[in-house]
Amino acid sequence: MSDPVSALMGERVEPRSGLVCSDVSQRGQITLKADLEIEAVRAAINEVVGVVCPDPRGAVFSEDNRGAVWMAGDELLLFVPRGEVASVTADLTERLADLHAMVLDVSDARAILRLTGSDAAETLAKGTPVDLRDAAFPIGLARRTHLAGLAVGIWRRDADVWEVVCFRSYAHHLFAWVAQVGQSGAEVQHAPLSAKA
Amino acid sequence: MGYRLETGGRLIDRATEISFRFNGQTLTGHAGDTLASALLANGRTLVGRSFKYHRPRGILASGAEEPNALMGVGTGNRFEPNQRATTTELFPGLESQSQNHWPSLETDIGSLNAALAGVAPVFSAGFYYKTFLAPRVAWKHVFEPVIRQAAGLGKAPSEPDPDTYEHFHAHTDVLIIGGGVAGITATRQAAEAGADVLLIEQTAHFGGRALVEEETLIDGLPAPEWTAREIAALEAMPNVTLRSRVMGAGLYDHGYALLYERVSDHKPGQPGVPRHRLWRVRTKQIVVATGAIERPLTVANNDLPGVMLASAVRDYVRLWGVCPGNKVVISANNDDAYRTALALHGAGAEVRAVVDVRRAVTGPLADQVRALQIPVLEGHGIAKIKGGKQVEAVEVARLTEAGGIGGAGNKLSCDCVALSGGWSPVVHLYSHCGGKLRWDDEALMFRPAPERGGPIGADGGVSTRCGGASNGHLGTAACLADAARAGGVAAAAAGFVAPAMDLPSVEEAEEAPIEAHWFTPSRDALAHGTKHFVDFQNDVTAADVRLAAREGYESVEHTKRYTTLGMATDQGKTSNIAGLALLAEALGKQIPEVGTTTFRPPYTPISMGAIAGSAKGPLFKAIRQTPMHGWHAENGADFEPVGDWFRPFCYLRPGEDRHAAVTREVLNTRNRVGILDASTLGKIAVTGPDAPKFLDRIYTNTMSTLKVGRCRYGLMCTENGFLFDDGVVVRTGPESYLCHTTSGGADRVAAHLEEWLQTEWWDLNVYTANVTDQWAQIAVAGPEARAILTAAGTDIDLSAEALPFMSYLEGQIAGVPVRLFRISFSGEMAFEIATPAGHGMALWQALLDAGEPLGVMPYGTEALHIMRAEKGFIMIGDETDGTVTPQDLGLHWAVSKKKDDFLGKRAQERIDLTRPDRKQLVGLLTDNPQVVLPDGAHAVAETREAGKPMVTIGHVTSTYMSPTLGHSIAMALIEGGAQRMGESLKFPMEDGTILRATVVDPVFYDKEGARNV
Repeated sequence: MSDPVSALMGERVEPRSGLVCSDVSQRGQITLKADLEIEAVRAAINEVVGVVCPDPRGAVFSEDNRGAVWMAGDELLLFVPRGEVASVTADLTERLADLHAMVLDVSDARAILRLTGSDAAETLAKGTPVDLRDAAFPIGLARRTHLAGLAVGIWRRDADVWEVVCFRSYAHHLFAWVAQVGQSGAEVQHAPLSAKA
Repeated sequence: MGYRLETGGRLIDRATEISFRFNGQTLTGHAGDTLASALLANGRTLVGRSFKYHRPRGILASGAEEPNALMGVGTGNRFEPNQRATTTELFPGLESQSQNHWPSLETDIGSLNAALAGVAPVFSAGFYYKTFLAPRVAWKHVFEPVIRQAAGLGKAPSEPDPDTYEHFHAHTDVLIIGGGVAGITATRQAAEAGADVLLIEQTAHFGGRALVEEETLIDGLPAPEWTAREIAALEAMPNVTLRSRVMGAGLYDHGYALLYERVSDHKPGQPGVPRHRLWRVRTKQIVVATGAIERPLTVANNDLPGVMLASAVRDYVRLWGVCPGNKVVISANNDDAYRTALALHGAGAEVRAVVDVRRAVTGPLADQVRALQIPVLEGHGIAKIKGGKQVEAVEVARLTEAGGIGGAGNKLSCDCVALSGGWSPVVHLYSHCGGKLRWDDEALMFRPAPERGGPIGADGGVSTRCGGASNGHLGTAACLADAARAGGVAAAAAGFVAPAMDLPSVEEAEEAPIEAHWFTPSRDALAHGTKHFVDFQNDVTAADVRLAAREGYESVEHTKRYTTLGMATDQGKTSNIAGLALLAEALGKQIPEVGTTTFRPPYTPISMGAIAGSAKGPLFKAIRQTPMHGWHAENGADFEPVGDWFRPFCYLRPGEDRHAAVTREVLNTRNRVGILDASTLGKIAVTGPDAPKFLDRIYTNTMSTLKVGRCRYGLMCTENGFLFDDGVVVRTGPESYLCHTTSGGADRVAAHLEEWLQTEWWDLNVYTANVTDQWAQIAVAGPEARAILTAAGTDIDLSAEALPFMSYLEGQIAGVPVRLFRISFSGEMAFEIATPAGHGMALWQALLDAGEPLGVMPYGTEALHIMRAEKGFIMIGDETDGTVTPQDLGLHWAVSKKKDDFLGKRAQERIDLTRPDRKQLVGLLTDNPQVVLPDGAHAVAETREAGKPMVTIGHVTSTYMSPTLGHSIAMALIEGGAQRMGESLKFPMEDGTILRATVVDPVFYDKEGARNV
C-alpha cells in the first residue's frame, strides 16, 4: 500500500528570513465528539491518547507530539502518530461504547500548517481577527476563527510557534496566502505582537 | 507667486534635492516636501481646473482638507487620479499631472462655461436634474455629451495595479487618533494609567499644528520642541505604539476602527513592500484627537489661484520654507489669522493688510501685527479678488451694518490672499460611530455633544470621545486640558486607574472672539454670489445655495444632493459650515435648525486596493482542490467553479473544443468506461443512538429502515416543503450513517443539521461531522466498470449477489483502503469508490493504468450532467430553485407517506403545494431534433408578435444535445406538466422565431434500467 500524501506534500516556505511556514499535516488526526465533562471520557483521552483533556479553548501536547485541541464544548481534535490511528480509534470507540460518542479517523481531512519565527503572530494578524497578543493568546490556547477568509483553528505551541488547521481542500490557498503576506518587505513591526510569551 | 525661503522649513532637508515632474516639466524640491509645497516653491500657483466651470485653481490648503489641488500621480500601471498634492509626499521621479484641463492647463476651452455662467449660470444648482425636464433628444445630443466632456474628476487608470495591499488586525486598550498635542497628551495620560495605547498620525510627522506655532510655549518650550520631547517619552513606554502615515478612516460600533496606512506611497515600487495597509482595530476605547480645519471666507472670486487658507500660508512658510506670495492680503473674522501675518512678516514677505470684518479688533495678536506697521482694516471685507489665472489684487471695502458695502473700494495689489473664516473641529470620526453634535453660537462651530449620548461600546458604556481641538477647544491650554481628561477617562473606562495629570504650563496669546461672517458682499454682477465659491471641489457658489433655498430645499441633506455641496473626494471639509450658514440665512432659520449632513467613512478617500487587501489575483478567493486537482490541470482539464471547488468541465485533447470533448467523454463512458473525480461530493457522518430517528425527520423518505451496508437516495426539504439538497445516504452501522450531499451544498447541509440538533432537537443523541475532505471519491461508470476494478486488483467480491445495486462494501482496491458503493448517477453499471484523501491520487492513477487496455477516459462535469439528464435525474440548482417540491419533480416515491413527520411534510400539504396546475417536471423533444432549446427558455400559452407581453407557462431547466441519442433533450418545469404529455409547446426566441417541442417523459434513455446491472 502506498503511503498517504498530504495536500501540500510536506511543502515549506520561508517568505522572509526567520519566518517559516511548513506543512505538518502528516499526523494521525481523530475527531472525538462526546460530553467532555464525563470523567470516563476524560480518563479515556488521558489513557488512550496520552494527554490530559484540555480545558475550553485549550491545546495540550505531549513531548512526543500527541495532543488534544479543544474545538467545541463537545468536540476535540486528537493527534497521535499516524500508525496508531486505527488502534487509538478502536480503543476509544470501545471504551466509550456505553456512552454517546463519535470517534472518527479524519487524518486526511485537514491540512496543518506550522508557522515559526518572531514574525509568525504578526503574519497571522494580517488575516485573522483574533487577538494574538501574549496576554490574550498564551501558549496552549486554541481558537476557532477565520484566517485569510477560511475557517481555521489556530493554536500556540510555543512563543514563536503557531499551528493552523484548515480543511485539506483549502491548503494550497492558505499556504499561498502565507507566502505572500509574509514576504520580505511586508513587515509590520507591530510591537504588541513582537513581545515574547 | 510662491518661492523657497532662504531659511526655515522644519520638515525639509535642504541638503537633499529631489527631481520630479509636473505636466511634463521637470522641477526640483527637497526631501520632506509635499507635492504642494514643492509646486509652490517652484512658483506654480495654477495647479488644476475646476470640476464644472474649468476655472483655474491653485492650492487652497496644506493638508487632508485640500479641495482643489487634485493630481494624477504616477504613470502607466501606477497612475492614480485625484491625489491631493498636499498629502502627496515628494519622492524622486514623481510624475504628476493636473486634472480637468482641455486642451491644456493654461488654455482651457471648458472655461467658457465659466464665462457664460456670468451671463446665465450654466451648471447652476440642480442643473443636472433640470436637464431631465428638457426634451429627451436634448439630453441625448446636448446635455449628456457636454456634461461628460466637461465634468468628472480625473481619469481612471487603464492598467492593472501591480502593487500589493494587505490588511492587519490589531487590538489595543485605547486607540488615539491624531498625533498633535491633544493626541500626545491623551496618550500620555492613558499610557501612564497602564493601558495599551495605539497612537496614530495621518501625516509623516507627529505634532500637528504645534510644529507651526513656535510662539506658543508649553512647559517653557516652544511647541515644536515640547512635541519632540513628548514623542520621545512616549516611544520609550513599552505600552505605547506610535504609527505615522496612518489615518483614522472610519469608526464603527463597539470600538471597531478602520485605519489606513500609506506604507510606501512616499517610496513606491519597493519589492515586497505593500503600498497600503488597512488596519482593522478592535479597541476598548477611542479618543478622537483630530484637531480642526480652517474655513475660507466666502468672497467674490475666492477660488483664484493664490487664494489660500491663512493657516496653510503659515504652514508652508514654517514647515516647508516656502512663501506662497511676495505681497499678501489677509482677510479674517478671527484672531488666529494674525499669526499668519506674523509668520509672513518674519519670513520677509510683505503683508499688505489684514482685512478684518470685525468693527473693533483688540488683543495681543492684533497689537503685535500693528506694531509691525501692518495695516489692520477693521470692519472691512474683500469685495472682490481680481486676476486671471492668478491673484493680482483685491478690492477692499467697508462693510455696512446692513450687510452691504459702503463707499468706494480700495484696491490693494497682491499675489496671495490668505482667508480665515474660523475653525471647524474635525468631528467626522466621532460622527461615524454615532456621536452627536451641537452648534456653538459663540465659537461658530459644530462641536461634539456627548451630553446627547456618546457612541456606545460592547459593554454599553461610551466607547468614543473627542479631546482637544476636535472637541471644540482651540486654545492650546484648553486643548491640552481637555485631551488629558479624554485620555484619562478612556483609560478608566478601559479598566485602568489614571493618575492625576500635571498639566504642562502654557504661554499663548489670548484671542478675541470670532465674529459670524458667512458672505462678504460684492457689487454689480458679483453681488449675487455667482463667483462666491463655497465648495471649491464641486464648483458650488453662494448663489447656488440660495437658489436651492428659493426652489424649496429646506433640509441640508436635500440641498447637498441638489447642489452637490459637500460631495466628492473632499466631502466638504472646507465648505460644509459656510454652505449650511448660507442656507440657514436664505431660509431665515438658525444653523441648528438646518442641521448638518451625515459624516460617513472614510475620512478621506482610501484606495480600493487597501479595501481588497490580499484578496487579489490568485488569492482573490479560495479555490478548493481535490487530491487529483493537479492531475486534472496537467491533463487538459477545462475547469468550472462548483461551490468553492474547481472541477473539470471536460478534459480537452489536442484539437478538441468543449463540445467535442464532452461528446467523446459521454460516448466513451456509455460504450466503454469512464472515471469521474467525485471528491467534491459533500459527506457528512451522522452517529448516535438517535441517528435513525434524526434522519427520518431530515429526509423526506425513511432512513431508519435502511439496512446496514445499503444505500438510499434521499431528499432534504426546507420547513416550507421545498427541495434543497439530495444525495445517497449510506448506513455504515446500526447507529451511523454517511450522508452524501451536493458538491456545493455540503457546508449548508452540515449547518442545517447542526441547527436542528442544537436549537430544536437537542434531546436527540446525535453527533454529526463534515468529513467531505477526508475522502477522495471516484465514480467508475460504464460497461467495463467491473473489469477495471478487477484489473486494478481488489479483495472485494464485485458480483451483483455480493454487492447488489445500492449497497456498499469495504476492502482494498489497488492496495488502498476503500469504501466501494454500488451506485449510479449515469444509468450505467457504476461504482463510486471512496478512499482517504491521501490515497486519492494513487487510486486515480491506478484506475487509469488498469483501465488503459479497457479504454478508460476521465470525464468531466458536463458529461456527468448530460448522462444524468438522459436518465431524467434531477440536479439541485437546475431543476430546483427554492420554490420546487419533490412532488413537482415527480419524486413522490421518495416522499414517505407513512412517517408521522419530516421537515417539509406539513408545508407540502398546503393547498398551494398540492394544486394540480403547479409547474411540474417534464421532458421535451424539439420538433427539429438538432435544435437545442436555450437554457431558461420560456414556454408561452399563446404566442403574440415579438415585443408584446405573453403569458408564460414554464421554463427550460436543463437542455443538451445528447451524444448518446443523437438528438436534443431538455427538461422543463411546466404548469400542469404531468397532464400535458404529448402536447406541443411554443418557445418564442429573442429574434422572433418560435421553437416548438413536445412534452414527453423526462427519462430519455434506458427506461427499463437494463444497462445498470
